Amino acid sequence: MVTRALRALVARDLALAARVGGSGALSLVFFLMIVALVPFALGPDLNLLSRIGPAILWLAAVLSTLIGLDRLFQADEEDGSLDLMTGSPVPLEGVVLAKVLAHWLTTGLPLALASPLFGLLVALDDRAMGATALTLLVGTPALTFVGAVGAALTASIRRGGLILAVVVLPLMIPTLIFGVSASEAALGGTVPFTTPLAILCALSLIAGVIGTLAAAAALRWSE
Amino acid sequence: MRLNAQNLAVRRSGRRIFSDLSFALGPGEALMVTGRNGAGKSTLLAVLAGRLKPETGTLTVSEAGEATISECLHVVGHRDGLKSPLTAEENLAFARDLLGAPTASPRAALEELGLGHALRLPVAYLSAGQRRRVALARLLVCRRPLWLLDEPTAALDTASQGLLAGMMARHRAEGGLVIAATHQALGLEDARELRIEAAKPRPDDIGARAPAEEVWW
Repeated sequence: MVTRALRALVARDLALAARVGGSGALSLVFFLMIVALVPFALGPDLNLLSRIGPAILWLAAVLSTLIGLDRLFQADEEDGSLDLMTGSPVPLEGVVLAKVLAHWLTTGLPLALASPLFGLLVALDDRAMGATALTLLVGTPALTFVGAVGAALTASIRRGGLILAVVVLPLMIPTLIFGVSASEAALGGTVPFTTPLAILCALSLIAGVIGTLAAAAALRWSE
Repeated sequence: MRLNAQNLAVRRSGRRIFSDLSFALGPGEALMVTGRNGAGKSTLLAVLAGRLKPETGTLTVSEAGEATISECLHVVGHRDGLKSPLTAEENLAFARDLLGAPTASPRAALEELGLGHALRLPVAYLSAGQRRRVALARLLVCRRPLWLLDEPTAALDTASQGLLAGMMARHRAEGGLVIAATHQALGLEDARELRIEAAKPRPDDIGARAPAEEVWW
């Protein structure tokens, strides 16, 4: 019964993201915008671009994760769906997990899959593209989980989107550091690629545990 | 199931809403919660639904197996819990999967409320009364013994009010409980009435020192 409820939650959020007004493709377009703006700002210096390319992709990923995050719980809080969810046999932690999974599937995963393509805009070579895509794949769950805590804290605040960004962005710094350093390690250097990558995986797992519990606690507390 | 509330008192943002509220409800019984605007009817329903913690008092459920109180109840209130981009059928199917214990298909529930034609329409296209009927159809798609209804007839036409009265009567005949906050007669036969009087302000309450009568000059 619980699995069925969790599946229903994920399926509903995916359907909502795909419908009119959903944030489905929006974060991907925003990601493209930021990545496309950087070469215009820096000028056509290919060496410089390919050196800072992974950092640009990661910064863009952090910013576009914020798209739609402010409505993650707020939309359900406003229309009463959250009351429906508290009445289900699924604990609130399960609800958070399902919603975060759906959000990651519509933002983090497309970002990671599209990043090799966008790497072309910042003159990444194929090895760097692969490495950046891999770090985004294992690192974006951490961003989403951290963001979910902020989304839960600001769920009952009107226009909480800016507060959310201010609260959440500092907490995303560790993920950003290790994401970029793993991508750069793949391009050569003294540190082997797997060391920062393993730390990035660990960050995602830790964020998964703490983020789920903290977001559920924040939702309970706000009621 | 049986529901027993003892000496409930609620404080929100430092203001005492009501205090010393007690009632007991057994299978097939109904309770109408009345009171002036702002007396705390919706607050009482929020406490019963488990969304607010009472300051004092206890709320116990018995004869409900292992289920907690929030797993025994349906809430239909001002915030209808419907997603506008999804169709009525999708909304009801989601509620059924989320809450468990399915009894009727979304189609059957909607047809019972006279909304069979709206099955595949996004809820955004529906009027306020039709939305309310979709929310009420949630009561039928899965079985839960306690119905908490906050102004259930708001925006409903006379025919739908009759349908709702029939639904509630059937639910009570099957041993269900109904608690409704309302200003109107709902067609609930021999329902008990719980009238919430505003709590007397105490000296430590915020706003207690406000003048009793507003003065104009």
